Amino acid sequence: MKVAIVGAGAIGSLYAAHLARVTDVVVLTRRDEHARSLREEGLRVSGRHDFSAKLDATADAAAVDDVDLCIVATKATHLEQAVSALEGRLPSAAVMTVQNGLGAEEIVRRHGKWPLISAVTFMSGNRHGDAHVEYILDTETWLGPYEETPFETVAQVADLITASGLKAQAFPDLRPAQWSKLIFNATVNSVSALTHLPHDPHFADVDGPAALGHLVHELVEEGKRVAAARGIALHDDPWEMNVLATKRGSAHVPSMLEDIESGRPTEIDLITGALVREAERAGIVVPLHEALYALVKAKEASNTVSLGRGGAG
Amino acid sequence: MRVCVVGCGAVGSLFAAHLAQLEDVEVWAYDLQEDHVRAINEHGLRLSGAGDLVGRLTATSDPSEIPPCDFGIVAVKSMHTGSAVAAVARSFDDGAVCSVQNGIGNEEIVAQHVRFVIRGTTFPAGHVIAPGHVGWDTKGDTWIGPFEPSGTPLEQVEQLAGLVTRSGMNTIALPDARGAQWTKAIFNAATNPVGALTGLAHGEICDFEPTRRLVSGLADEAKAVSTALGIELDHDPEEMIDHAARVAHDHKASMTQDVLARRQTEIDFLNGAIVERGEEVGVPTPLNRAIWALVKALEASWDATMLR
Repeated sequence: MKVAIVGAGAIGSLYAAHLARVTDVVVLTRRDEHARSLREEGLRVSGRHDFSAKLDATADAAAVDDVDLCIVATKATHLEQAVSALEGRLPSAAVMTVQNGLGAEEIVRRHGKWPLISAVTFMSGNRHGDAHVEYILDTETWLGPYEETPFETVAQVADLITASGLKAQAFPDLRPAQWSKLIFNATVNSVSALTHLPHDPHFADVDGPAALGHLVHELVEEGKRVAAARGIALHDDPWEMNVLATKRGSAHVPSMLEDIESGRPTEIDLITGALVREAERAGIVVPLHEALYALVKAKEASNTVSLGRGGAG
Repeated sequence: MRVCVVGCGAVGSLFAAHLAQLEDVEVWAYDLQEDHVRAINEHGLRLSGAGDLVGRLTATSDPSEIPPCDFGIVAVKSMHTGSAVAAVARSFDDGAVCSVQNGIGNEEIVAQHVRFVIRGTTFPAGHVIAPGHVGWDTKGDTWIGPFEPSGTPLEQVEQLAGLVTRSGMNTIALPDARGAQWTKAIFNAATNPVGALTGLAHGEICDFEPTRRLVSGLADEAKAVSTALGIELDHDPEEMIDHAARVAHDHKASMTQDVLARRQTEIDFLNGAIVERGEEVGVPTPLNRAIWALVKALEASWDATMLR
């Protein structure tokens, strides 16, 4: 099974390096020099695992030969651009999306008829340059069929990822897991982006009237009401996911906080934005998520215009 | 007549320098900033900007130097009210102490330490330029009234209003000054933390529809609380919000400045106080509670950063 990985951020790099140990991998990057250093230096993994992988890489979508599996691991904000370059290519590939939030599959579908695999990943990493990624949280990737994709295809991909040394699990219906993660991310990412707190024990603290845990809990409750109205039985309770994650010891820095602190656009539209749109469709009011959406959008705007003046914090 | 300004920062200095213009008033200032105290004692307290004047007064960081006073004017940041007033309380055995601070809940703290308390709300604003020198940015009125539980006689309130007005800062004595106080507090609670969390100026918050809607949501909750408390607002906060967007479009609220400088904010006395008063009268305030938690967590991140 040949694999193409689109986007070599932390998540894309972790898939690429691990899969390159068990199959042929080509990485499609945005920048030429990124592809060149991957080709010349290989990709080093440190942290939970320690090895170097040899793989092929290019910044030119036309140079990617047909594959069996294409994992699209760009940020949600770059998805449209990345997938439009694949239009009309990779006729034998199943395409797997691992973006945060909801709606990545619809964007990919607009550009081709590939069988699609929905995925959410809970693993995390940290890039140290183009050819080195640190594997931090060795948690699972969950996969499920999108539309008519046969479950066997999904199961094969899960097996391949597992064989490569990462953790993966195939589900006949991913939506319960996808929604658990959506509610978790909509809550934790936006609160972190606004408070500059990593996902630390403050998020589970319910001691005192202004404790952050109360707000986190209320945000989760709003999200659960939307899921219920959309007929989705959650796989995990997002509040319990939150409490568990804050007990891990080393506090994870959510990508939305990294984006804010680097003055980059965030994925708020695909995460909290998606939840707010689903709420509207279901006729459920989510005033707290709307408030956080407004605040993060405004902070993003002030970040971009006022970088020279220094952001808040 | 002797008056002591407690906390001689920007707003305290406006009162101190003006009152020092009056022949029949002896002005003291209590402040912990020692270079500021020294500069005031050596060169006087200078205001420039909306008006230029120099006030001659005695400043000190040592409360034991302050003689008995007829009036106190408290202008410290709200989180320092308790410690500052406790330190100087001895000078007000017979005098009355007026808070001109932001937010809700300062008078209750002052009343833990002194007998007669006056509720106040002030609109003039300034900023410290250098020790002994304060920029006077905006003129405006001050409203004062008895703090109800302390039973301060209205005559005493009127006497203070007369002094301050005669010194050049228009001050209105009211039997019930809660309306003025809540009007300003609602304005501040609905707008300042939105600026502090996003880094946007007041006008930018109002130009962006989602944040403007959040501002109204915060104000609506607070108005419901004030109504349940039987307080009659003296202006519609919505009109003040729109007015400020026109006349002070690029102004960044003091809370935004606090956050940029990583100084503790007055959030407990704004959204926090609205949440707590709301609970007392059974009015839900979920948005104010959310904002309160976010700003407290932002403050907590300044310690957490050290560990990252």
